[in-house]
Amino acid sequence: MARPPSDLPAAGLLDAARGPLHPAAVQTLEAAVAAGWADPTRLNAPGRRARALLDQARKVLAIGLGVRPAELSVHQSPEAALETGLTGLRHARRRVGARVVAGATERSVLLLQPGAESPVPVDTRGRVDTGAYAAALAGGDVAAAVLQTANAEVATRQPVSVVDQPCREHGIPLLLDATASAGRDPRAIPAGAGAVVVADAASFAGPPLGLLAVRTGTRWGLPGPRREAEQGREHAAPWVPLVLAAAEAWRQAEAVADAEAREARELVDRVRRAAASVRDVEVVGDPDDRLPHVVTFSVLYADGEVLLEELARRGLSVASGSACTSSALRPSHVLAAMGVLTHGNVRVTLPLAAVSPSRADDVDRLCRELPDAVAAVRRRLGTDDL
Amino acid sequence: MNGGPPVVDARGTRCPVPVIRLARAARDLPAGATLVLLADDVAAWSDVPAWARMKGHTVSLHEDEDWTEYRVVLGAPRTDRGQADSST
Repeated sequence: MARPPSDLPAAGLLDAARGPLHPAAVQTLEAAVAAGWADPTRLNAPGRRARALLDQARKVLAIGLGVRPAELSVHQSPEAALETGLTGLRHARRRVGARVVAGATERSVLLLQPGAESPVPVDTRGRVDTGAYAAALAGGDVAAAVLQTANAEVATRQPVSVVDQPCREHGIPLLLDATASAGRDPRAIPAGAGAVVVADAASFAGPPLGLLAVRTGTRWGLPGPRREAEQGREHAAPWVPLVLAAAEAWRQAEAVADAEAREARELVDRVRRAAASVRDVEVVGDPDDRLPHVVTFSVLYADGEVLLEELARRGLSVASGSACTSSALRPSHVLAAMGVLTHGNVRVTLPLAAVSPSRADDVDRLCRELPDAVAAVRRRLGTDDL
Repeated sequence: MNGGPPVVDARGTRCPVPVIRLARAARDLPAGATLVLLADDVAAWSDVPAWARMKGHTVSLHEDEDWTEYRVVLGAPRTDRGQADSST
């Protein structure tokens, strides 16, 4: 059942970290619900059919990430894939060491793992200090290293090749977190980089599945009895229709990747310029060496939650890393590590053009409305005279 | 207040209130003046130094048991806008 365009959930959507599915992935999902519903570990006819479909989808996703199909497993969430990927490295190397070297802006799920207690600092733009990172690698007792290809909140790319090199020299496996960039940033994963690569199918308008690749030859293993599904990394096989939808989303995103990234970069530049021209607003993250489709800025003397409501009133959905915005007591650890304002924070994650046909109009509307929205919030908080 | 710098007590308030009260108190003071903020909101820990950087003030932090004391020395007045700069 096709929905009329006016009913699309994407109008005004500028927070697509988990956006609606690509329309082609929706069609695939609907067809796959009929054809691929069975448990692919079953040996009966429906099970074999589901297995064949899962194999096809795995192949598409593996090639997309630059890994072999046998190296790739599918998990219920990107967080689960990250946690499993790191746990397998730590367990396999537990006699070598217990430390996990990670940058201060890595995903919380990784920083909260044992061994990652003292992360490597980042600069004001959120880029990890490569000297301090190399020193931490050389410090001994290291089980694994973790690096994001780019940050999901502030878009800054990390120097993956610069960090990958000393990891190889020390024989330390690197977990590359591409959950913010896969399918959106054509340069996200340098060929062969990382011993473990993790992606999120939602970043390219698929379902929010975790994709975990462990490259052949990596010492990797989970504690406890052997798991039966997904290369021994999961207790149960994924629901095949979701994986098929993820593979279709990948195909669609990859087919237009370069043009899409160019267009998104230009739209984000518009937001950066518009935000920077408002008094006491700071655009954070690297202006050039960044994800094409993500931008964050912070508004001094404003409350993130009130700002989100003000923009929502004008039909625009954005996100925020401010503590006051969510039930979280702490502000974004990413913004805090960069030493930038955590309050009044607004984050835009552009959907793919195919997901949101009104994307460019929405960006222009945000640029037009922003000065007035900020002024309105400051008036309400009584800070417009500051 | 004899001789000591003005103190803004924002303990018990949450972001962005501590920075707002601090900015309000700083507004009418001359460059070079010192101002003290007491706050127990974790966000202030990153936001007060970020505000000081944007505004050209210098700040030093002293951790107490249950709150943090921020000592701010005001710089020359200016309005900062735009991109965070890694050189500062």
